[in-house]
Amino acid sequence: MKILYGMQKPDEGTITVDGEQAVFHSPADAIARGIGMVHQHFMLADNLTVLENVVLGGEKLYGIGAKARKKIKEISDAYGLGVRPDAMVEDLGVADRQRVEILKVLYRGARTLILDEPTAVLVPQEVEALFDNLRELKAEGLTVIFISHKLGEVLSVADDITVIRRGTTVGTADPKNTTTKQLAELMVGSELPSPETRESTVTDVPMLKVDELRLAATDPDGVVREVLSGVSFTIHKGEVLGIAGVEGNGQAELVEAIMGMRDPDGGVITLDATDISHAPTRKRREGGIGYIPEDRHRHGLLLEAPLWENRVLGHVTERPNSKGGLLDNKAARADTERIVREYDVRTPGIEVTAASLSGGNQQKLIVGREMSHNPKLLIAAHPTRGVDVGAQAQIWDQIRTARREGLAVLLISADLDELIGLSDTLRVMYRGRLVADADPATITPEELGSAMTGAAAGHLEHHDSTGGEDR
Amino acid sequence: MKKFTQRIDKEKLLLAIAAPVLAVVAALVVTALVILATGKNPMPAFNDMLSYGSASDSQVYILNKATTYYLAGIAVAVGFRMNLFNIGVDGQYRIAAFLAAVIGGAVSLPGIVAIPLMILAAMVTGALWAAIAGVLKVTRGVSEVISTIMLNAIATAIIAYLLQPERLGQLDQAGTLVSTKPLPHSSWFFSIDNGDAGQIWGFVVIAVLVGLAYWFVLGRTRFGFDLRAVGQSESAAAASGANVKKMIITSMIISGAVAGLVGLPTLLNDSHQFDNSFPLGLGFTGIAVALLGRNHPVGVALAALVWGYLERTTGHFEVIGYDKEILGVIQGVIVLCVVIAYEVVRRYGLKRQQQRVGAELAAQAAKKQEVTA
Repeated sequence: MKILYGMQKPDEGTITVDGEQAVFHSPADAIARGIGMVHQHFMLADNLTVLENVVLGGEKLYGIGAKARKKIKEISDAYGLGVRPDAMVEDLGVADRQRVEILKVLYRGARTLILDEPTAVLVPQEVEALFDNLRELKAEGLTVIFISHKLGEVLSVADDITVIRRGTTVGTADPKNTTTKQLAELMVGSELPSPETRESTVTDVPMLKVDELRLAATDPDGVVREVLSGVSFTIHKGEVLGIAGVEGNGQAELVEAIMGMRDPDGGVITLDATDISHAPTRKRREGGIGYIPEDRHRHGLLLEAPLWENRVLGHVTERPNSKGGLLDNKAARADTERIVREYDVRTPGIEVTAASLSGGNQQKLIVGREMSHNPKLLIAAHPTRGVDVGAQAQIWDQIRTARREGLAVLLISADLDELIGLSDTLRVMYRGRLVADADPATITPEELGSAMTGAAAGHLEHHDSTGGEDR
Repeated sequence: MKKFTQRIDKEKLLLAIAAPVLAVVAALVVTALVILATGKNPMPAFNDMLSYGSASDSQVYILNKATTYYLAGIAVAVGFRMNLFNIGVDGQYRIAAFLAAVIGGAVSLPGIVAIPLMILAAMVTGALWAAIAGVLKVTRGVSEVISTIMLNAIATAIIAYLLQPERLGQLDQAGTLVSTKPLPHSSWFFSIDNGDAGQIWGFVVIAVLVGLAYWFVLGRTRFGFDLRAVGQSESAAAASGANVKKMIITSMIISGAVAGLVGLPTLLNDSHQFDNSFPLGLGFTGIAVALLGRNHPVGVALAALVWGYLERTTGHFEVIGYDKEILGVIQGVIVLCVVIAYEVVRRYGLKRQQQRVGAELAAQAAKKQEVTA
């Protein structure tokens, strides 16, 4: 993907565009060849309008005035994108922002679109709308490369499927006569993993209690907004509590408040009968919270440090990493070897930097590290994001095993199948509140999706997504 | 044993040494070009650097200079490891040395008490002066770069104010020089006599101890791990449980305390008083030395020696008909090259490792397939 977009150079092999061999030295070369990329993380300036964002860096094409506006309108209408050029990007929802990203690429004359995990941040209804847009593009003769971990989506939108595993093409498939199961087997090389856990291990011993948690934060414009208001829930030993929600509705803040990286403005957090509402992060970690962060590069790893130092990170005060105030580098190294072995971290050694591992292996290292300290509570934020299917299955297994042994898990995920499959209890978060709850045994992703956009609240029943008591 | 050699990745070591060597070589090439441009032959100059620099009196001089530079380098390196840029080492050591000189001149205690007292006073003064910048950064978000530069200027002004005959200074007999009251002979630090070659300052022992402490605290303690973690990624360190604000203040204090020692080799082994001729700008030398030495305890020592060597040998240039300003050119080019070379080597190293890991894993996978097939 990076090679196709000119961000990295291949060691060997060729790229052929429109029957012509091409060599890309930079993304600019790729754009010139009509290849455009929509990144997983949007690259938009919030404080500019859509028009300004689109022309930014492409001023030479159609200027920055009426001509550019006309062109944007034209593209938007042609592909049914429905983009308003004068709206501020900060006012747009995630799906609209994505359409702006697509438009940006088309505006630069792309004939081949690369979409990297475009559905990760969307709710099911928005995914459908995106697929309609993609079909529109296809009908106009454009080529779309759709990269996704979600098999169902690939099957429904693609005309041709190529499966890549560990850097090599392992097979191609025709979506018309392939099932998700076959596709997944191609991806993992073995049986299809599934997040399903049905036998309940929930006990009635509360492990984490969050009561009326409130948190205000200053947004980039200097306005103080309440990002968490009146959040209350209890997780028992052996229970997985899943929180669904479109990203940016307070999930990250909730995790940071529980981890002690943000100090709540009100409310009580109780871990195993100890009040930890204002305890420092290190105390909480020592007290038995394991943490799989949402953004492992920002919060989970020291990318330029060797693996064994990353094994120490977060648990520097605990054995085997240190004795008294001193590090025990030897024991830490030995334990890193163990984690690498037991958690199947694919690496040539423990002295390589964390940056040189693939996302899935980085994540396995983090999971292994957090599980090695016998946590009472595991906070797993998007534990399988950007992780290959094989690693995904392992991580699910580890969460399930730990849960059976009485671990309480707070699971936050954008993958609704993962949430429904792993959770014992489901809550929906919307604009800093827990607005709805649901039974994972009966609920469907679509029903959950409607609550995530704020369209439904209360207790979600199957086939009855608006009913239920208010709370 | 096998494990140990495995740990020392040859390629990594090569890359680590490549950058500073590259920088020094580039600097010498540029220097040669500059000398050529002035219409002179650079070869005799380099020859002279070799022969004059290896003379025994030069070696003593270089070692003494390097003692001071090493302390300055370590003071800066503590900040660098934490991603803090302590430009204020300059002000910190001057105000610390000044206060130590005043105290040492005022008390009449035996050396065994007076010397530790002066060392302690200097470290505390340096630490407090640096802590101001740390507190400002943590509470008000003031960049330490700005605040320490300003604190340098304030230190200069305070010293100028206090170093006057009617305040803490006194006029010498000739009536031309204002200085603090000279230290009694008993408060001089010991030195090693080498006859004609000169005297090696005993403070080199303290510098070595500081280097050992730096290595131990950073590499072997929990505190050091937190400090390095914050330096590498503030967000990851915070998530790991390090108190970033506390770490910023603590590391500023440590950096300042080491900075407090910078002026002491000169004070206790050489000048024995603080006056207007007390060396200036050692803090900036420290920045260059820490950069060249990659913040590594041994690297900084080598860098300090290189710096002393360059200073000694180019000082002799005038005698053989070259311009001594060449020193500035060499040092400037080294710093510039070092910064560029490190970044290039760092990026190359990361990418190279990524490729190697990928290749090794692919090889492993292929082997496994062969076995199962």
